[in-house]
Amino acid sequence: MDQKGYRRGSFQSSTSDEDMLEIAGASLDFSMADDDPPLDREMGGFSSYNGGGMNGTSTMMDFLEEPLPGVGTYEDFNTIDWVREKSRDRDRHREITSRSKESTWALIHSVSDAFSGWLLMLLIGLLAGSLAGLIDISAHWMTDLKEGVCLAGFWFNHEHCCWKSDTTFTDRDQCPEWKSWSQLILGHGEGAFAYILNYFMYVIWALLFSLLAVLLVKGFAPYACGSGIPEIKTILSGFIIRGYLGKWTLIIKTITLVLAVSSGLSLGKEGPLVHVACCCGNILCHLFTKYRKNEAKRREVLSAAAAAGVSVAFGAPIGGVLFSLEEVSYYFPLKTLWRSFFAALVAAFTLRSINPFGNSRLVLFYVEFHMPWHLLELVPFILLGIFGGLWGAFFIRSNIAWCRRRKTTKLGKYPVLEVFVVTAITAVLAFPNEYTRMSTSELISELFNDCGILDSSKLCEYVNDFNSTKGDDLPDRAAGPGVYTAMWQLALALIMKVFITIFTFGMKVPSGLFIPSMAVGAIAGRLLGVAVEQLAYYHHDWAIFSGWCSQGADCITPGLYAMVGAAACLGGVTRMTVSLVVIMFELTGGLEYIVPLMAAAMTSKWVADAIGREGIYDAHIRLNGYPFLEAKEEFSHKTLAMDVMRPRRNDPPLTVITQDSMTVEDVETIINETTYSGYPVVVSRESQRLVGFVLRRDLIISIENARKKQDGIVSTSIIYFTDHSPPLPPSSPSMLKLRSILDLSPFTVTDQTPMEIVVDIFRKLGLRQCLVTHNGKLLGIITKKDVLKHIAQLANQDPDSILFN
Amino acid sequence: LCPGCEFLFPQASMMFVQCTRQCASSVLLIALLCCFLSPPAQASKSSEDIRCKCICPPYRNISGHIYKKNVLQKDCNCLHVVEPMPVPGNDVEAYCLLCECKYEERSTTTIKVIIIIYLSVVGALLLYMAFLVLVDPLIRKPDAYTQPLHNEEENEDARSLAAAPTPSGARANTVLERVEGAQQRWKRQVQEQRKTVFDRHKMLS
Repeated sequence: MDQKGYRRGSFQSSTSDEDMLEIAGASLDFSMADDDPPLDREMGGFSSYNGGGMNGTSTMMDFLEEPLPGVGTYEDFNTIDWVREKSRDRDRHREITSRSKESTWALIHSVSDAFSGWLLMLLIGLLAGSLAGLIDISAHWMTDLKEGVCLAGFWFNHEHCCWKSDTTFTDRDQCPEWKSWSQLILGHGEGAFAYILNYFMYVIWALLFSLLAVLLVKGFAPYACGSGIPEIKTILSGFIIRGYLGKWTLIIKTITLVLAVSSGLSLGKEGPLVHVACCCGNILCHLFTKYRKNEAKRREVLSAAAAAGVSVAFGAPIGGVLFSLEEVSYYFPLKTLWRSFFAALVAAFTLRSINPFGNSRLVLFYVEFHMPWHLLELVPFILLGIFGGLWGAFFIRSNIAWCRRRKTTKLGKYPVLEVFVVTAITAVLAFPNEYTRMSTSELISELFNDCGILDSSKLCEYVNDFNSTKGDDLPDRAAGPGVYTAMWQLALALIMKVFITIFTFGMKVPSGLFIPSMAVGAIAGRLLGVAVEQLAYYHHDWAIFSGWCSQGADCITPGLYAMVGAAACLGGVTRMTVSLVVIMFELTGGLEYIVPLMAAAMTSKWVADAIGREGIYDAHIRLNGYPFLEAKEEFSHKTLAMDVMRPRRNDPPLTVITQDSMTVEDVETIINETTYSGYPVVVSRESQRLVGFVLRRDLIISIENARKKQDGIVSTSIIYFTDHSPPLPPSSPSMLKLRSILDLSPFTVTDQTPMEIVVDIFRKLGLRQCLVTHNGKLLGIITKKDVLKHIAQLANQDPDSILFN
Repeated sequence: LCPGCEFLFPQASMMFVQCTRQCASSVLLIALLCCFLSPPAQASKSSEDIRCKCICPPYRNISGHIYKKNVLQKDCNCLHVVEPMPVPGNDVEAYCLLCECKYEERSTTTIKVIIIIYLSVVGALLLYMAFLVLVDPLIRKPDAYTQPLHNEEENEDARSLAAAPTPSGARANTVLERVEGAQQRWKRQVQEQRKTVFDRHKMLS
């Protein structure tokens, strides 16, 4: 009898006081599970499995050796058991390797198994890149749809509509094929009435898009709202949220992301693109058995998919991998590093071949200047870092306060109305100012851009002296009136974006936060850059400028200040370090600016950390109460395991199952009366010596199955977990052996173990629960939820806010 | 172009419930790949889709001008594109040094296909939503599955009805009944998600 030798590993069970799935009695409705095969009786899968596997006279031993479908899977909103999943994968791999020597077919199978990971990465990259191309092109088109339409083909946006026509140098934005709405309706584009009509159409389109987005989200896939990164972080740490990475969520998130971005709301698409890429990863995992059945391997694939998502958002494959490593993933083995890079590269390549921006660029705001900077400019860069840190801390505090208000008060009951009102306010305030009317990506692109002689935007309206021009290398010039107008308009835009993003992030539409924070930083940086430039121009004889910035030299690049400001603000909000710098320098294509970027990112992180410890994603995890055990914080208190374990001093004693003296009825009573998701198995109640640990779900499935399929199992049958059945008089009913579902190697600590070590064990091994012994006898149990509550208590936070499991 | 793709996408939801889960994922994957990769692959480079754009700044008393011409990448320089040359022969080199020439290409077919795919998916979703809100309750009068878009507090009857398996003793084998069963399961899932996110605010707040 080739018993697999695999013992079900220890389950991380803790009290689940929320019944998300209504468990009526002891029967579970597996048809709700998105990822598991349905165990509906009428689907017949179950009966056909057992019908093929046994005949009427099969022995008990035969029957129980086969793993039952459903055993070893997890319920929704539970934590997986990393140890069990990893050992399961090792067993599978061992078996395939040992069988590969038998026949050629088995050898091919083992080779294909090894390659399946790479094939999966390739598919994920292709799919993620394609979807990103779709999102980019559609968003670009729909954003311009608010302002007008192209007569040459309604699917062209403004830039592509005017691609072919002859535009004059001074009038580069106008072309006869592109008609604004007032031109279309009234016939002309000038005058107050035309302006009002344009305004009106802009607001109407914005409202239409956002309403459509929120209705689709509410109607088809409520999990598609928000950014997605906090939930993906939690999933990657071992939590199960069924349906969060499913097909409908993918479709709705893709569609509504385009709508939300096009409606002019102050949100970005980078965070949701990570969610989209992870959905692709999860869906494609179902094609490969290796990843479909194993939750730990699947999370490796999801880490790589997250890297691909960031890679297509920014055109930064290395930055994507580092982002996945630093921000999103919980465990990141070295094998995942190489595969993530492959997936990110394939995704970036696919996006480039779809070519959404017409120039083989991946991102809208790719800059190409390589002007040198001077050491003294580090002072304004550090100032920008401080600004970024302050803004980041302010944003996190206010956004969390607003989201908490949305969660607890009546504001949360009207999500559609909330989206409507916020869009209306954003659109009404955004239209008059040209810098808020354009899409945020275009704004950032314009701010990053260094003014050449061919730029005709208001921001580049310097006083030109044509006699001294030497090609494109312009010296610092005095600001013309256009620049001054642009400055105060940008200041107004800054104030508006700072405040409106607080109310926008977290609404019930897909919303990201990278682009708005970069916009805030870019505006602040550009303002500072122009100020420094004008200071250097008018006072070039001051001591600090005379050395390197003489008259006629091109020394200050306001575009660089905008870039550094964007990096500082993004770092202040998300507390990214290496990944931020790498993304920014992959965006710019030059290594010259690493030092300013690092200076600003470090300063902003230090300033923001001094005010509040958490980044925005960790703050949202804490707000939602997800069971996420922070891997980066040190646990520095001197408590012991016995302070945290349950049962406490006044509680009833630990609910245990004995190894061979309880009947089916006793066990079912225990299951019905308590809600624990696992029970320790001891030798006997008097000795309390530990045998192993058994999961509630496995018990329910096995007992139900035995009652139906096995002969002679009644309520008074004895359940035994030992190898050989206990001696009983021959008149007693046949016994039920459940050794195959017992985990014989649960993790234990003694009651005097310091909590530092216990928390470390939970983090490093990914445990769900840990048994506590005293002098070799079972004393209590510590679950992950207990650990989280303990940490929250010691940090003076509300321990009851830890929800779920 | 991709004649099957526009058909595949709106019908995808029907195909999901007919296949097993694995089959549905493969079908979705193949559909997406074919729809997104074949347009670029098939996009013929029509002559309007490539160009060389030279931007020449003001020079002495000549105003700035943008020159565009459909040439190949090897011919994308000032001498081939700037016609008629506004400066006399000995000044051409100095003028051309100021001009900046860039080769650009785009694929109008890709853009058209993607926008049309997107609009058709949005249209299909809107139609399905209208169907669920308006037509479905009329068809299913005996059952209690009303108004999936409203956050009504589910009464116990509806929940127990939802949790119980369909009462048919015989296997519901016909395609229509399997589709209906899958659709009921999906609706229950969405209702559960809606309760989690919108009503109880347990997630994504």
